[in-house]
Amino acid sequence: MLTKLSGGKVYDPAHQIDGKVMDIYVRDGRIVERPHDEEKIDQTFNLAGKVVMAGAIDMHTHIGGGKVNIARMMLPEDHRADPTQHSAACRSGCGHAAPSTFTTGYRYAEMGYTAAFEPALSPVNARQSHLEMGDTPIIDKGGYAMIGSDDYFLRMLAAKEDQNAINDYVAWIMHASQAIGIKVVNPGGINAFKFNQRALDLDEHNVHYQVTPREVLKALSRAVHELGVPHPLHVHGNNLGVPGNVDTTLKTMGASEGYPLHLTHIQFHSYGTEGDRKFSSGAAQIAEALNKHKNISADVGQILFNQTVTASGDNMRQFANSGLASPHKSVIMDIECDSGCGVVPFKYKDQNFVNALQWAIGLEIFLLTDDPWRIFLTTDHPNGAPFTSYPHLIRLLMDKSFRNDMFTKLNLDAQAMSTLNSIDREYSLYDIAIMTRAGAAKLVGLHDRGHLGIGAGADITVYTDDPDREKMFAKPDYVFKDGELVVKDGQVIKVTWGHTHTVKPEFDRGIEKDLKQYFDQYHTMNMENFKVSSDEIAEGGRGGVVVQACEGRREKSE
Amino acid sequence: MNHLNASTFEAVTCPACGLLCDDLKIERNATDQLKVTTNGCAKSIAFFERTPKESKPTIAGAPAELKAAIAKAAEILRGSNQPLFAGLGTEVQGMRSIMSLADKVGATLDHMNAYSSFRNTLVVQNSGWQVTTLTEVRNRVDLLVVIGTDIVSHNPRFFERNIWNKESMFGQDTASREVVYLGGENLDTSHGVSPNGSQPTVLPCDLEKIPEVTAALRALILGKSLHAIEVAGIKTTDLQALAEKLKAAKYSVVTWVSSDLNFDHAELSIQNITELVIALNAKTRSSGLPLGGSEGDYSVNQTSTWTSGYPMRSRFSRGIPEYDPHHYRAETLLENNEADAMLWVSTFNPEKLPPKANMPSIVIGHPNMQVQVNADVFIPVGTAGIDHTGTMFRIDSSVSLPLGKLKNSDLPSLNTVIAAIEAAL
Repeated sequence: MLTKLSGGKVYDPAHQIDGKVMDIYVRDGRIVERPHDEEKIDQTFNLAGKVVMAGAIDMHTHIGGGKVNIARMMLPEDHRADPTQHSAACRSGCGHAAPSTFTTGYRYAEMGYTAAFEPALSPVNARQSHLEMGDTPIIDKGGYAMIGSDDYFLRMLAAKEDQNAINDYVAWIMHASQAIGIKVVNPGGINAFKFNQRALDLDEHNVHYQVTPREVLKALSRAVHELGVPHPLHVHGNNLGVPGNVDTTLKTMGASEGYPLHLTHIQFHSYGTEGDRKFSSGAAQIAEALNKHKNISADVGQILFNQTVTASGDNMRQFANSGLASPHKSVIMDIECDSGCGVVPFKYKDQNFVNALQWAIGLEIFLLTDDPWRIFLTTDHPNGAPFTSYPHLIRLLMDKSFRNDMFTKLNLDAQAMSTLNSIDREYSLYDIAIMTRAGAAKLVGLHDRGHLGIGAGADITVYTDDPDREKMFAKPDYVFKDGELVVKDGQVIKVTWGHTHTVKPEFDRGIEKDLKQYFDQYHTMNMENFKVSSDEIAEGGRGGVVVQACEGRREKSE
Repeated sequence: MNHLNASTFEAVTCPACGLLCDDLKIERNATDQLKVTTNGCAKSIAFFERTPKESKPTIAGAPAELKAAIAKAAEILRGSNQPLFAGLGTEVQGMRSIMSLADKVGATLDHMNAYSSFRNTLVVQNSGWQVTTLTEVRNRVDLLVVIGTDIVSHNPRFFERNIWNKESMFGQDTASREVVYLGGENLDTSHGVSPNGSQPTVLPCDLEKIPEVTAALRALILGKSLHAIEVAGIKTTDLQALAEKLKAAKYSVVTWVSSDLNFDHAELSIQNITELVIALNAKTRSSGLPLGGSEGDYSVNQTSTWTSGYPMRSRFSRGIPEYDPHHYRAETLLENNEADAMLWVSTFNPEKLPPKANMPSIVIGHPNMQVQVNADVFIPVGTAGIDHTGTMFRIDSSVSLPLGKLKNSDLPSLNTVIAAIEAAL
């Protein structure tokens, strides 16, 4: 079947196409060359005047795994307010802060998103993450395996094992948990909390292993690089939410000694201690550092005002913040000498000084960071706000007068502490296409997604150009997933199953000898059962595993 | 799970209780009889060594072809306005299919253990909690407080695998771990005896006095003083000593089994336990640990929660998921004629029979179930972990494990049957 998307205005930054009117052809789920004149075109969509982009990619969103399901379970009141009806095409479910899996897939697709990545897939809980993502229809997905507080890795660091051994372990984890990236959360801190440490700064020692977060960051960022994993080490830094953590974040940028790092939800790590309330914006310093360090990328983790729930592997910080829970309840867990989690519901209020300033800080970072290829649009769903608020966030970035109107409604003390309304920058459609498509695909390592070149997977979103960007991005005219029309006028009309993207870096399987002994000695689970098979992911006809290319070992460590 | 040869399996996962031990060795003889040869317990032996009976689908008690039974089941559901799906003794893959069918026909869902598992759920929804998982316990616990249960009636190998394990990650002398039993009468506390002979502390009381005892312990941990010299027959000084022990411990674990706390509003006692744990964490580390688990209850709750947003009990009759752990109780719905057809599922256990129902009923489950006479349709299915593969959640909810296939079986899986019924609608 050959489909022609005719005459749309195309934004495809991967090919430097900025609003050019052109035709796109799709066959068997892929974008293909313009066919010969005699070839029959089965279906034509006249897209004159419409905006055409690749399907959007959310590179950091908590959509599947233990802590997300805890969030769902503990918030029936939030679900009751947003039920989704069973329909001819769709299963019933519920939405808002921690939506059910089916609703998650539908709502992403209805906003023109065709891929989403779970950033905190705990290896011991990887099977659950994949089960949940397996029940998330339409969109592609994948996960970043979370290590850095696991006993096995910290033992290796404490024993000063060589980098090649660490690389083998990191690669083994990626295979076992079917991941596409590696994430570290509060490096070493989740583990330190189990030894009753309540904070861990970049150069502070874990009391048991006597290793520092800096050493964790260096070993892991180097491992990811040397294994040829396209996605740089994904870092949720130390001291999340702590006033003054801007210094930690700036130091963290240098901790990898030049290896690439992605600093996630950087808004939560950009706080100074100036002013009467000892809480201020570190956005300008952060943006300046991002502009300077070309090996560093970041996503913002914008907060938006309303009820949400925060779900994180960082149980040390989540425990510290549990007193701020609204409604007042929280779940804090230590998990399998591997990781942890903390789920704390939260309501961001525009009249609250801290929340209002957090909102402004996020936007300042977006607007002061020059290179849209290295800054990404996220709310750290659901931690800053549910992903369904992306169209609103896009409007805030693209529309200065709208942004300033919002700003003037904030807590006045917070307004006085922010430079936001003096920033004139407005993001263009091309910038948005970089952040949410081309840049995101490049960052995650999705070689055939996020662009509209020949051979790309035909994940395509078509919008009506509307000066109200929130309206425009909330309801695309058409969304194609692997060439199939899945959304029309912002409504799911067909349900498909997306792929699970992974990487499979090479490693020395000899490491399993030691790992097996370790599991038998200390764990409550057999090493073989720790591994998630590709068959499990594809169970019941759900989308299968796609292995994205790794560049192979870039260099063997000396 | 590895095939050593045609009839010996290593590292088999056992779904008979919430621990999901995956270190069993099982042999299969020429007649397909299974035998647990290593790391068995009473529950796993009963589960794996049960001899399955020859069993065929029946319609109104008479043997029928599978296809006809599926068609009849679909007919019953088509004719129903308020179907009830209960029992639900299954694992993740089976529950995935149940969720799909429930959404389609607008069913009400209730798991046979929901009466006790919702005591835990209500605490999570009301105040949250601070809990841990089995490998953490195995490697870190220095003080285990067991409230209102002996644990081993539910999880026979808990102490062997998680308390008296020889080695631990951080060089702890595991035999020096302390065990305290608080509440309950005539418990088997022998498993709490350390390999070095140290006896556990046992502070017994009537089960229904556990609300008072947990409230008193929580108060003492919060630094309040009690005027009473005893609480439910336990000396206040003994409770004070326990509070001091908990404060001094580096990683205490406080555990309970919700089905053993079988009194009204047990969720409030569980909340006392979890809140005292949270209070301890102001200074030291402490965690709760809900134990028990059977008949796939945790797997069903997890699957239901990610699919619909809600754990047990819920209904889909209005085209949206609705949650109410009190109102959607199967027995109540049956008594009040608030359902007009019942689907009962029990794939792990032939003894879990459906309640009496004056309405068309479909039973899908273990081939040894004795229900043919009462059910309009009976469809025997395989058991995940023996006849076919599956996926199951452990009691600590963070770990899920694959269940293996140990023999060739003619029995279909629950999800194949449910999917066929859905297709026949």
